[in-house]
Amino acid sequence: MRNKKEQGAFHLMLLPGMLLLAVFSFLPMFGIVMAFQNFVPAKGMFRSPWVGLEHFKFMFSLPDSSQIFANTLIIALGKILFHMVVAVIFALLLNEIRVAPVKKAVQTIVYLPHFLSWVVLSTVVINMFSYEGPINQLVTLLGGKPVLFLASNTWFRPVVIATDVWKEFGYNSIIYLAALTGVDPGLYEAASIDGASRWKQTLHITLPSLLPTLLLMSILNMGSILSAGFDQIYNLYNPLVYETGDIIDTYVYRVGLVQRQYSLGTAVGLLKSAVSFILIVGSNTLANRFAKIRVF
Amino acid sequence: MITSKSFGSRAASAAVWAAVLGMACLCLLPLLNMVALSFSSSAAATGNLVGLVPVDFTAESYSRLITDQQFWRSFGISVLRVALGASLNVCLTVLTAYPLSKPKSRFPAQPVYMKIVLFAMLFSGGTIPTFLVVKNTGLLNSLFALILPTAVPIFNVIILMNFFKGTPEALEDAAIIDGAGQWQMLLKIFLPISLPALATVGLFSIVGHWNDYFQALLYIQSTENYPLQTYIQQLTVDLSTVTDPERLKELSRISGRTFNAAKIVASTVPLLCIYPFLQKYFVTGITIGSVKG
Repeated sequence: MRNKKEQGAFHLMLLPGMLLLAVFSFLPMFGIVMAFQNFVPAKGMFRSPWVGLEHFKFMFSLPDSSQIFANTLIIALGKILFHMVVAVIFALLLNEIRVAPVKKAVQTIVYLPHFLSWVVLSTVVINMFSYEGPINQLVTLLGGKPVLFLASNTWFRPVVIATDVWKEFGYNSIIYLAALTGVDPGLYEAASIDGASRWKQTLHITLPSLLPTLLLMSILNMGSILSAGFDQIYNLYNPLVYETGDIIDTYVYRVGLVQRQYSLGTAVGLLKSAVSFILIVGSNTLANRFAKIRVF
Repeated sequence: MITSKSFGSRAASAAVWAAVLGMACLCLLPLLNMVALSFSSSAAATGNLVGLVPVDFTAESYSRLITDQQFWRSFGISVLRVALGASLNVCLTVLTAYPLSKPKSRFPAQPVYMKIVLFAMLFSGGTIPTFLVVKNTGLLNSLFALILPTAVPIFNVIILMNFFKGTPEALEDAAIIDGAGQWQMLLKIFLPISLPALATVGLFSIVGHWNDYFQALLYIQSTENYPLQTYIQQLTVDLSTVTDPERLKELSRISGRTFNAAKIVASTVPLLCIYPFLQKYFVTGITIGSVKG
């Protein structure tokens, strides 16, 4: 009797959340059929004509599409790699600073950009990288020629990756800092009695103890390998750099929603969702089998 | 600790300090430049003379901003959206996370719900189908279009779920002996001891709603009903339609720049006000949330 009441309470608590997920997460999943139709809003999902894999064929025949997939992969992989490297290096460096107020102040500053939106930060970035802005002043000072960074197909990707790392490295370091505080201090004591220098200790104790966290983060990142950061790119790019900066998400938005090619946009989006899903579930399974790590 | 430090280790520690402080400056300086810009004269801004201190100090941009009616209207919409949206987020996070934190022995349906939630997190119908659903529910152009589709923040649910899982079982057993039902248990026992975790997920929701511009770009058609970030985004996005490099060069140079800087700074002030509280909690929140049960 008591247990029945308890189960009822649990189900009731979950009800509102489940209803909202049903409408706004699961109902759109049925909308995926649009990718296989020539969707006409007036006819709706049930009466729009079926075209099979037409949109997917069209997508792969577009000269743009390989470019867009390449851009997405390059930017996303660059971000994943540099995010991890910079965040780990920063965590290691900050871990060496033992003056608590300084450490706290530095953390306050480096976590801040994470909480600002790309709408705000794109203005900051555009300002920094503008033709006569601070970065170009520095370039000129060092004897170089000023570059229009955000209109240059050579520079757009590096600037996107660098500014995203700039925004997130502090925040990303939190998880590594947490892993570092979990290292048994006895290990360091033993090592320093054995005469190991700070550098040696970092190499042989600190870095290995970060490995599980690194592995965990790599798995989580697999899911975002086709998400190169819509908010950032949408707020920084312009038609001059579509060649190197247009990614799947921006393309879907422009073609699917602005130009209202609903079916094509859905097809491209579906391909992205499916690949991401397979990658993250796959890497989770592999990590579980070989390293006994489970993310979910 | 080692008392006699060699020159080498002193140099190394100086290098570490320099690197850390350097990285902190790198984060702070571009933001300070924006603030300085907002307090400078537009002539100084156009001439790129502004560094970290305002040049020809003036609050002109801000006095112009005070009379910008759309700015304040959008500001109000954002405040309302945060108030409604974040409260709803927190309620749903609590209600969803609590039953999910129960073991299978206690709540046999838990694994099924968990799979549903995880699937919703990992797979999505995509922007366009979601847009069409929102359109068909008749929510377009209403504040609810900005609140309901993101009402269940799954990432936050998982953080709070892991926090609940970490609470001592003895606590719950004691309450059950006292005859408490699950609703009472949640409200009287679990919520009071989860305040740090609640603060974390609450602040994440506030930041999320305040910073979002894209939902409104999708779901709100009349510009005057835009929340603040979307309004600001519309002002700056003009650049993205420029195809001529010379024109782009020109646009990035001329002003309106100090005024834009003032808008950016003013839109960030509310976040800066909650940032100290935010910082107190989010580190613990994240580390608790990532512990797997």
